[in-house]
Amino acid sequence: MTTARRLLGRLVLALLVVLGAATVAFAAIHLTPGDPVRAILGTSGPSQQLIDQVRAELNLDKPLTVQYGLYVRNVLTGDFGESYQLQQPVVRLIGEQIGASVQLALSALALALLVSVVLAVATAGRRPALRRISGVVELLTISTPNFWVAVLLLTVFSFKLHWFPVIAGHGVSGLVLPAVALALGMVGMFTQVLREGMERALGEPFVLSSRARGSSETTVRVRHALRHAVVPLVTLSGWTVGALLSGAVVIEMVFNRPGIGRTLATAIANKDLPVVSGVVVIAAVVFTVVNFLVDVLYRVMDPRVGRFSR
Amino acid sequence: MPSADQPVVSVRDLTVGFRTARGHVHAVQGVSFDLHPGRCLAIVGESGSGKSVTARTLVGLTGPNAEVEATGLTLDGQDLTRLTDRQWRSVRGRRVGFVLQDALTSLDPVRTIGAEIGEALRNHGLATRATVHGEVVALLEKASVPDPERRAKQYAHQLSGGLRQRALIASAVAARPDVLIADEPTTALDVVVQAQILELLGAEKAEGTALLLISHDLAVVAKLADEIAVMRDGRIVERGSAEAVLRSPSHEYTKKLLAAVPSAHPKGTRLAGPRTGEPVVSTKDVVTGPVVEVDAVSKSFVGPDGVRRTQVKDVSFALQAGRILGLVGESGSGKTTVATMVLGLLEPDTGSVRVLDRPWSGQRESRRRPFRRHIQLVHQDPLDAFDPRYTVERIVGEALAAIGRTGDRRAQVTRWLHRVGLDEQLLDRRPRQLSGGQLQRLAIARALAAEPDVLVCDEPVSSLDVSVQAQILDLLADLRADLGLSLLFISHDLGVVRHLCDDVLVMSDGEVVEAGPVEDVLREPAHEYTKSLVAAIPRIEDAFPEESRVTT
Amino acid sequence: MTGLLTVPSRVTGATRRLHVGLSLAWLFIGLLVLAALVPDLLAPQPPDAVDPAIALSTPSWDHVFGTDELGRDVYSRIVHGARFSLGIGLGSTAIALALGVLLGVVSATAGRVADSVITWFTNVFLAFPGLLLALLVVAILGPGTLNVIIAIGLSSVPGFTRLTRGQALVVRDSGYVRAAITLGQRKPAIYLRHLLPNALPPLLLFATLYLGAAIVAGSALSFLGLGPQAPTPEWGSMLADGQDFLDVVWHITVIPGLVVTLAVISFTVAGRDLRRRFEGRLPDAVR
Repeated sequence: MTTARRLLGRLVLALLVVLGAATVAFAAIHLTPGDPVRAILGTSGPSQQLIDQVRAELNLDKPLTVQYGLYVRNVLTGDFGESYQLQQPVVRLIGEQIGASVQLALSALALALLVSVVLAVATAGRRPALRRISGVVELLTISTPNFWVAVLLLTVFSFKLHWFPVIAGHGVSGLVLPAVALALGMVGMFTQVLREGMERALGEPFVLSSRARGSSETTVRVRHALRHAVVPLVTLSGWTVGALLSGAVVIEMVFNRPGIGRTLATAIANKDLPVVSGVVVIAAVVFTVVNFLVDVLYRVMDPRVGRFSR
Repeated sequence: MPSADQPVVSVRDLTVGFRTARGHVHAVQGVSFDLHPGRCLAIVGESGSGKSVTARTLVGLTGPNAEVEATGLTLDGQDLTRLTDRQWRSVRGRRVGFVLQDALTSLDPVRTIGAEIGEALRNHGLATRATVHGEVVALLEKASVPDPERRAKQYAHQLSGGLRQRALIASAVAARPDVLIADEPTTALDVVVQAQILELLGAEKAEGTALLLISHDLAVVAKLADEIAVMRDGRIVERGSAEAVLRSPSHEYTKKLLAAVPSAHPKGTRLAGPRTGEPVVSTKDVVTGPVVEVDAVSKSFVGPDGVRRTQVKDVSFALQAGRILGLVGESGSGKTTVATMVLGLLEPDTGSVRVLDRPWSGQRESRRRPFRRHIQLVHQDPLDAFDPRYTVERIVGEALAAIGRTGDRRAQVTRWLHRVGLDEQLLDRRPRQLSGGQLQRLAIARALAAEPDVLVCDEPVSSLDVSVQAQILDLLADLRADLGLSLLFISHDLGVVRHLCDDVLVMSDGEVVEAGPVEDVLREPAHEYTKSLVAAIPRIEDAFPEESRVTT
Repeated sequence: MTGLLTVPSRVTGATRRLHVGLSLAWLFIGLLVLAALVPDLLAPQPPDAVDPAIALSTPSWDHVFGTDELGRDVYSRIVHGARFSLGIGLGSTAIALALGVLLGVVSATAGRVADSVITWFTNVFLAFPGLLLALLVVAILGPGTLNVIIAIGLSSVPGFTRLTRGQALVVRDSGYVRAAITLGQRKPAIYLRHLLPNALPPLLLFATLYLGAAIVAGSALSFLGLGPQAPTPEWGSMLADGQDFLDVVWHITVIPGLVVTLAVISFTVAGRDLRRRFEGRLPDAVR
C-alpha cells in the first residue's frame, strides 16, 4: 500500500514537473518580444486579412488564459504546435531528429561508464602515484569544454589523419568521434564519484569484516566497494541527462550531425519558439522519466532506502 | 584441535607502530599473551589504549601504514609475521574469526545477511553455490536467530540490533575457526540484548573456541573472561585471572577503572576521586515544589513512509525541585521526544507541560522566550552542540549575554569554567580542539551560565570513556548539591541512572511502564520490561557472587 | 546536483601534492584578472585591427598566436576577450549565488508554505537539464553579453537554492542553534549569528568552483553564436569562427579553446585549494 502510494506520489510530481515545463515554455513563447504571426509570415507586408486568419488559426485572438489552457491540453496530447520557420508540426520535426541524438547519447554514456569503472577499480585506494594520475585525468576531462574537444578530435582525426569523415553520416565511423567527445567530459565526473565512493567504502567496517573472513582484494573491490560506489553514481543521473543533452547541442553542431540538439540550436538562432518549447518540454519529460527509473534502480541498488521517498 | 593447556595463539613482545604525517606513533608496545582453547582472555582499556590494534594483528589487518614486530607471534606454532597475502587469507575467517563492534556498519548494507555469511564459507571452499544457502540457515539457527530462512534473505538494517550482531557472529564463526576475536561486540547494544550476545559468545567458548574479548567495560567482561589484561597507552599494565583482577586489582589504573563503574558502587559514592569543580554556593532563592509537570502528553509523527506512529503515549510525571529524575528506555522508546517537549522545542499533540508553575506547552514563543533560560539542555553529541566558529569564551559568553549579564565577560566565563573543572587556558580554543570530556563539561558550563533551575541531560555520558563518564557524573551530583538544581537525566544505562538519580521513570514503546524511587524500582521491579532491564545490568559482583564488593 | 553545476565537489588527495600546479593556477588567474582589467598592458596591439595581407598566418614573433581570417592578432584578441569570458563567469555566478542564497535561506527558515513553494519551483527548474534552461532564456531575451550572463545566472539559481537550503537545514537543526533557542534568543538573531555564518562559507567556496563551469557555459553559448556579437573577441566565438578554417590552420580554434580550458582548470584547482584550507573550519555535515 505504501509502495503504491509512493509511486502515485512520484507520478503526480512528474506530472507537475511536465506541467511546469509546459508553463515555462508557454511563457517563453509569449514573453518573447515580437509577433509570432510576423515570425511565420515574414515581415514583407502580408495582408491584414491573412494576418487575422493565421491569428485565429493559432488561437492568438483568444484571451491569454484560454490560450494557456489550450497549450497545456495540446502538450499533454503531444501537440507542440507548428514550427514558425519550417511550417511543420514540431512533434514530427523532433521525431525525425531524436533517433540520432539517442544513438549518440547512449553510445557516449556506455563509453564513459566503461572507462570510468575500469579507471576507478584500478586506482581507488592504491598508491599515491597511481591516484594522482587518475586525479589529473579527472581534472583535465572535467575542465575541458566538450566543444573544444570535438574541434580538436575533428582537426586531428578527420582533417590531418583522415581516419573519420569530416561530416558525420549515419554509419558507425561517423559516430565514433562525436561519442568520444561527448563521453570525455563525463569520464572525469564518473571516475571521481566512483573512486571516492569506493575509497569511502573501502574504509568502512564491513570491508574490514569481509577481509577478516578471508576475502581477496578483488572480491572486496568488486563485490563490496564497487556496489557502494555505484549508488552515488546513480544519483548523478540528473547531471548526466543534462550533460548529454546540452553536450548534444554543441557536438551535433561541430560534427554537422542530425539530432534534436542541432534542431534546438537552429531554432534558437531563428527564434522559432514552438520548436524551442517543444524540445524543452520533451527534455523535461525525458529527464523526469529517467529520474523516475533511476529512483527505482536506486532502491534496487541500495535496499536501505527502500522505504523512503527522498 | 590442540589440547587445553597448549596455547593456540601465542604473542610475545608485540610492538605495533604507525607511520603518520607527524612521524612514528607507537600504538602497542611489548604486549604478550596466550590464547587457550575453550578459554577467554579479555583485553580491557579505554579508547586509544591499543587494544583494538592488538586484536587486529592476529588477522593481519592493521593496515598498510602499520609496522608489526614481535619476538613471537604464532598460531598453532605457525609464525604469523612472515605470512604472504594469500596465506593470511587462509587464516582469516578459517582459523581466526573476527567480530567487530557495530553490526550495522560491519555487515555490508547492500548485501543480504545470507550473502555475508555465505561469503565466509565460499572464500574457504566450504560450500558450493548449491549448498551455501542450507549452511547459512544452519549457522543462523545455531546462533539462535529465529526464522533463519527468512532472515538470510534480509538486509542488516531490517534486523534488530541483537539479531544483526548474532548474524555478524555467525559469519565470523561460519568457517569454524579455532580462535574468535570479538572487538567490543556488545557496545552499541541495549543491556538486555548485550546479555544475550555475551551468552552466545560463551557458547562458542564452551565448544572449545579460544576467545579474545576486547572491551572498555570491566563489568561486561566479568561475565565471560577467564583472564583479564588491562591495557593503557599501548602497554598491558595488569594481567591475571579475572577474579584476581576484579577483586584485588594491584595497578592504580585498574583500580581507577573499577571505581568508575557506577553499578559497582553504592549510590552517592564519588566515582572519580576528589571533586574537580570549584564549589560555589548558590545565591538564588530556593525553589520548592514541582519544577516540571508533565500531564498526559502524547506525540506522534508521520514517518517517511507516510504512516503515523505514536512516539510518546500518555506520559505524565513531575520533577520535584532539587531532585534528579532518571528517564530510562531503549533507543526509540520516546525518551528524547519527551525531553524535547519538556524543553518547549516541540509541542505535544495532547496533554500539557508546565515549567516552574507556569504554562509551558501551547504558549506563544514570545511568552515562553523570557523564561527559557530557566530550563537548559546538555545533549548527547557534545561536538554538535557548539558553533564550530566560536571560541570557548564566546560559547559561554552567549549564555551570559542571553540572561543580560554585562561586565567583564572573560572573568565571568572563567568562573563558570572553573565551576565545571575546566582550565581558563581553554578560553580561546574552539570546540574541535577539545576532548569529549572537555566538551561535555563546556556544555554544562554554558547551560549553567544561564543560571537555570532545571537541567535536561540527554544521554550526556554515553559517548564518553568510563573514567570520563565517572567525572561527569560526579560533577552533575556536585552541581545538584551546590546549586539546588533539578535534573531530568535521560539514559539507556540503568547502572548510571541508579548511581545518580533519586527517582526513575522507565519507558518502553512510548509509554511509562514503571515509576518510583530508583532504589525501590531496581530492587523490586514490577513490570516485565523493567525486570529484564534490571537482570541484564552487567555487574562485577555477579561474576563472583560469594565475594563482597570491590573497594578502592 | 543537476543543471550547470558540473563542478567536482570534493577534494581529492591527488591535488594535495600539486603545489607547483597550484601556484601556476593562481598565477594564471592573476594574469586573467590583469587582462580583464587592463588588457592594453598585456597586449599593446589593438584586437580589431584588420589586415587582410597577413590573414590566417601561423604563430610567429610578430604574432605569437598567429592571426585570424581577417588578419587580426589572435593573442591580442584573447587578452581583450578575458574581460568578456571572466565577466560572464563572474556575473552569472554572482546572480546565481545571490538569488540562490536568498531563496535557499528563506526556504529553510520561513516556514512550511514558503519551503514547499520554493522547493517545488526548484524541482521544476532542475528538470530542465544543463544548458537547456540557459538556451531557453537566451531564446527569449535574444543573444548578447548581458543576456548570456542573465541566462546562465538564472539557470544556475535552482542548483544554488537547493544547496543553500541543504546547508541551512543542517545548521538550523544543529545542537548549537537548539542551544541558542533554549537560551531564549530570538530566531532572527540566531539566524544572523549562527545560520548565515555557518552556511555561507561552503557556498562561497562552491561558487569559486562554479566559476569555471560558468565560464565554459558562457563560451559554449558564444560558440553557438548566442553570446557577445562580432567583432567582440569572446573566446568561444573566436573558436567558432576558426572552425570554418580548420582544414587550413589550426591555431585560431585550438588556442582559444586551450585558454578556456586553462582558465577552468585554474579556477577548479584554486577553488579546491580554498576549500581544503577552510575545510577544518566548516561544520562536518557540509563536506
